[in-house]
Amino acid sequence: MANLRDIRRRIKSVKNTAQITRAMQLVAAAKMKKAQDQAVAGRDYADLLNKVLVNLKENADEESHPLLEQREEGKELVLVISTDKGLCGPLNTNLGKAVRSDISADADIVTVGRKLRTQLTKLGRDLVADFEVKDPVPFAEARPIAKLLTQLFLDGKYSKVSVAFNNFVSTLNQEPTVVQLLPITSDKLGEKRSYEGMGNDVKVEETDHAAALSKDYLFEPSSQGVLESLLPLYINFQVYQMLVESRASEHSARMVAMKAATDNANKFIKELTLEYNKLRQAAITAELLEITTAMKAME
Amino acid sequence: MSLHLEIVTPEKKIFSDTVGNVYLPGANGEMGILEGHAALVSALEPGELSYEKDGSTFLLAVGSGFAEITQERVSILTDMALGEEEIDEHSAEAAMKRAEEQLAGMSHDHDAEEMAHLQASIAKATAQLNLKRRTRH
Repeated sequence: MANLRDIRRRIKSVKNTAQITRAMQLVAAAKMKKAQDQAVAGRDYADLLNKVLVNLKENADEESHPLLEQREEGKELVLVISTDKGLCGPLNTNLGKAVRSDISADADIVTVGRKLRTQLTKLGRDLVADFEVKDPVPFAEARPIAKLLTQLFLDGKYSKVSVAFNNFVSTLNQEPTVVQLLPITSDKLGEKRSYEGMGNDVKVEETDHAAALSKDYLFEPSSQGVLESLLPLYINFQVYQMLVESRASEHSARMVAMKAATDNANKFIKELTLEYNKLRQAAITAELLEITTAMKAME
Repeated sequence: MSLHLEIVTPEKKIFSDTVGNVYLPGANGEMGILEGHAALVSALEPGELSYEKDGSTFLLAVGSGFAEITQERVSILTDMALGEEEIDEHSAEAAMKRAEEQLAGMSHDHDAEEMAHLQASIAKATAQLNLKRRTRH
């Protein structure tokens, strides 16, 4: 049977924990809002980029650009976007599972985020590079990552570059997703991808292929020239979008996890307080009894 | 006169409004876009973009990117678009200096893409500085 002082101490420590988790919850909520806004802001850009790509699609066959080239031989390279910090629920565990199940065992990795880097290197994967990305994600930081991936692909060592990240579906639901980044398949160009535009709340219109194609665009300097400068931009933007998406997932998962922790702590405090009061009452009763007995004895 | 100008960067939508004529730095030199222009997609060079609205001309420094032009709309996709009051002369100067130093320190056989990127940064900074200095005088 715990004594009064022990319970009091316990309550105090749980209260402290609740305070910390509550603070973390609030911070994550604020950051989540920002990350979501950021992803929504990128939507206009994505729409416009898609529209131009749809128009270029006809010129984009396999031979026209090295980034479109399909190759048979060579390993797979995967960019794994995880979080730097823990305490965000099952986010990294799930992503790790997806990586293990969807990606061949000999694939090399490039990582963003400390959590899965440690895990995957322990599993014996070859780490090619590791990047740190600030919060909120600046577009400029997507560029070196995209550049490295493109370079490694063009060098011919890898036949395929994929990205594993947490797709933000809603605040309560984040889905580990693996998508192919390179080579760009021309039939996928301009297509709306599920991870573009956050969640389900606002539906993004799929770029209207027919309407867009009906306009005969002129290209300056040439369609080839435009395609050549557009594709790297497209890769940059894809990487950026996935980074933002992962960040939004991270903050929402953390917020939900911290909210659950705070709720649990509060419940625990309630239970402990109840027990504490019971014990206190018992002690008072016992004391009263003692006093009355003593008084009776003195009479 | 109704030409809709839209400027977006990956981070946010900078501008969206109905304007008069638009002048932008295209890949083959400066282009003036009037209402009813033929549908065109052009690469955009770092430089100055200007548009007319309510009788006055407004200037923006833009980075590299793309312009999609239809009869009634001009959509600009770029990595930078700054109005005169948003340009920080010191940071632009510092960025230019940094890029120039890096470029000077590079050997010629160095990564062509990296070089192109540095040159683009210089062009971007130059565009900002030109705009800032001209509007001040």
